[in-house]
Amino acid sequence: MILSGNPPRGKLLTALLVLVVVVLALAPFLFPGSKPANVAAKICVFALLVASYDLLLGYAGIVSFAHTMFFGIGAYGIAITLYALGPSWGAILLGLGAAILVAALFALAIGLFSLRVQTIFFAMVTLAVASAFAVLASQLSWLTGGEDGRTFRVPEMLRPGFRLIENGPFGITISGRTLSYYLVFCSVVVLFLVMLRIVESPFGRVLQAIRENPFRAEALGYRIIYHRTLANVLAAVFAACAGALNALWLRYTGPDTSLSFNIMIDILLIVVIGGMGTLYGAIIGAALFVLAENYLQTLMGAAFGALNASGAGFVANFFNPDRWLLWLGILFILSVYFFPTGIVGKLRAEPKS
Amino acid sequence: MSVSLETRGLTIRFGGHVAVDHVSCVFRPGELTAIVGPNGAGKTTYFNLISGQLRASEGQVLLDGADITAESAPLRARRGLGRAFQLTNLFPNLTVAENVRLAVQAKAGVHYDMLRPWSLRRDLIARADKILESVALESRRAHTAAALSHGDQRKLEVALMMALEPRVYMFDEPTAGMSVDEAPIVLDLIARLKRDTSKIILLVEHKMDVVRSLADRIIVLTNGACVADGEPAAVIASPVVQEAYLGIAPKEKGNAA
Ligand SMILES: Nc1ncnc2c1ncn2[C@@H]1O[C@H](COP(=O)(O)OP(=O)(O)O)[C@@H](O)[C@H]1O
Ligand SMILES: [Mg+2]
Repeated sequence: MILSGNPPRGKLLTALLVLVVVVLALAPFLFPGSKPANVAAKICVFALLVASYDLLLGYAGIVSFAHTMFFGIGAYGIAITLYALGPSWGAILLGLGAAILVAALFALAIGLFSLRVQTIFFAMVTLAVASAFAVLASQLSWLTGGEDGRTFRVPEMLRPGFRLIENGPFGITISGRTLSYYLVFCSVVVLFLVMLRIVESPFGRVLQAIRENPFRAEALGYRIIYHRTLANVLAAVFAACAGALNALWLRYTGPDTSLSFNIMIDILLIVVIGGMGTLYGAIIGAALFVLAENYLQTLMGAAFGALNASGAGFVANFFNPDRWLLWLGILFILSVYFFPTGIVGKLRAEPKS
Repeated sequence: MSVSLETRGLTIRFGGHVAVDHVSCVFRPGELTAIVGPNGAGKTTYFNLISGQLRASEGQVLLDGADITAESAPLRARRGLGRAFQLTNLFPNLTVAENVRLAVQAKAGVHYDMLRPWSLRRDLIARADKILESVALESRRAHTAAALSHGDQRKLEVALMMALEPRVYMFDEPTAGMSVDEAPIVLDLIARLKRDTSKIILLVEHKMDVVRSLADRIIVLTNGACVADGEPAAVIASPVVQEAYLGIAPKEKGNAA
C-alpha cells in the first residue's frame, strides 16, 4: 500500500533497494564524520532530484534541460529568505512555498507555450530558458549573491553546534547535523512515496500512454498537452523541493551547487544508469553515482599506491587518481552497454520462475 | 439516446492530390454502413477527417447537428466518435490490461486523478477485464501489447474502441491479417453491436461476404469521391462497383462521361 501497488519487483532489486535505504537511514550512526554525512545527504537529494526528472523523461517521455533551473529555484528560495529574514522555521516555509510557486509557474508557462508542438522544441526552449536563468541569477547579485552565492544561517536546531543528545546511551550523540540529515532523509522518503503514488495513478498511466503513443492517447480523448504540462509542473515542484533540501543541508546556495549545467549532466547520467521509467532507478543510480564520484578517487589512489609499490609502474598509471573522471566515463559506457534499460530495468527483467 | 453524423462536401487535399473529394453523407443510428473502395481510395483518410486526426481542407463534419470540423481529435473522442485504426496503434510497452484500462479510464472521464492508485479502482479494473473477455484476450492480459501476435493486436485495437463505448464506431479493416478462427470473434462483436440501434457503425472492409452479411448500406469511394451509395444488393450489382472495386470491366466500356 505504501508503495502504491508498485513494488520494486525482483528479489535482487528489492534487496539492493532495502540495503541502500537502510544504510541511508542509519548513515549518521554507521559512518561518523562530515564527509560520509555529505555523501549520504547528496545521495538523498539526488535520488529525489533524479526521480522527479524520471517522472518527466521516463514516464511522460519529455526531454527537458531545465531541471537544474527548478533545483536552483528551490535552493535560492531558501537562501534568499533565510538570508533576508534570518534563521527561522517560518522563513524556511516561506522560502519553500515561494520557490514551489515560482517553479510551478515557470513550468506551467514553459509547458503551455512549448509542449503544444514537438517535444524536441520543448527541449530547446528549456535549454534556452535554463541558460538565461543561470545568467540572470549570477547578474542579480544584490538578491542572489552573484557568483559567490549566499551563505546563510539555519535555525538553531539544525546547526552543527546544537546537541539534542550528548553522549547518550551507547555513546550516541545527536547533533544539529544529525537532525539536518534526518530532515533531508525523511523529506526525501515522503516525497519519493508521493511520486510513486503519482506514477501508479490514472494520471501516471496516461503519462506512460503519451510516452508510448501520443497519437493514440489523443484518439482516446486525452488532451495530451495538459497532461504533459502538468507532468512538467510536478517535476519542477519536486525538483524545487530537492533544491531547498540541498540548500538547507549545505547552508549555502551558489551557482555551482544549484544551477550549474554539470548538475544537469549528472541527472542525465544517473537516470540512464539507474533505469528510466522506474523511479526506483533514481535511488540505485544516485547511490552508485555519488559514491563513485566521492570514493573512486580514493579507491584509485589506493590501487595506484599498491601497484606502484609492487613495481608495476606502467599499469599503475592507469589508476592515477587524476584519471578518476576517465574511469567514471568508462563505468558509464559499460553500464549503458550492459544495462541499456538501466540497472533497475536489468534486474526487473530477470526471468520469472 | 441516438446520434446523427453527417459530412458535407468533406474534402482534403495533400498538395495537389485530392484524397477525399466532396463527400456528403448522412449516417443514421442503427445502421451499419460499409465503406468500400480500392486501396488508396481515401477510406482511411475519410475516417481521419471524421474523427479529427486530419483537418478538412473544405466541408464540414456535423455531429448531432453541431459543426465539429474545427475540433481536435480528443474532443471528438469525448463526444463519442470512436476509432479502431487500420494500422495497429497501441501502447506497445504497456500490458494488454493497461492498454484497455486506459480506454476505460478515458470513458470514465478520469484524466488527472493522481492520488488514488489504479490498484484501488476496482470498478474500472472490472470493466476492463470484461472487455478483454469479449475479445478473448483475458489470458494475455499481463503481456505487453508489443509481445502479442498480429491477430491479438488487431483484437486489442478493437477492444480499445469498445472500451470507449462511443456513439459512432469506426472500424478500419478490423479483420485484416487475422486468422480464420480470430476474425469471427471481431465480426461477432460487430454483429452484437448492431443490435444496439442507437449507435452508428462505419466499417471499412474488403471481404465482400463480410460486407454482405453485416452491412445495411454500402458507400463506394474511388479516388476520394463517393461514386455509389445505397442498399448492399443494388450497390454491389452496380457497374461502377463492378469496375472500381471488384476490378471487373463493365461491358459497355467508353460510354461513361
Ligand atoms: N498524410 C498524408 N499525406 C499525404 N498523402 C496522404 C496522407 N494520408 C493519405 N494520403 C493519400 O491519400 C490517399 C488515400 O489514402 P487512404 O485514405 O489511406 O486510402 P484507403 O484507406 O482507402 O486505402 C492515398 O493516395 C494516400 O497516399
Ligand atoms: Mg485504409
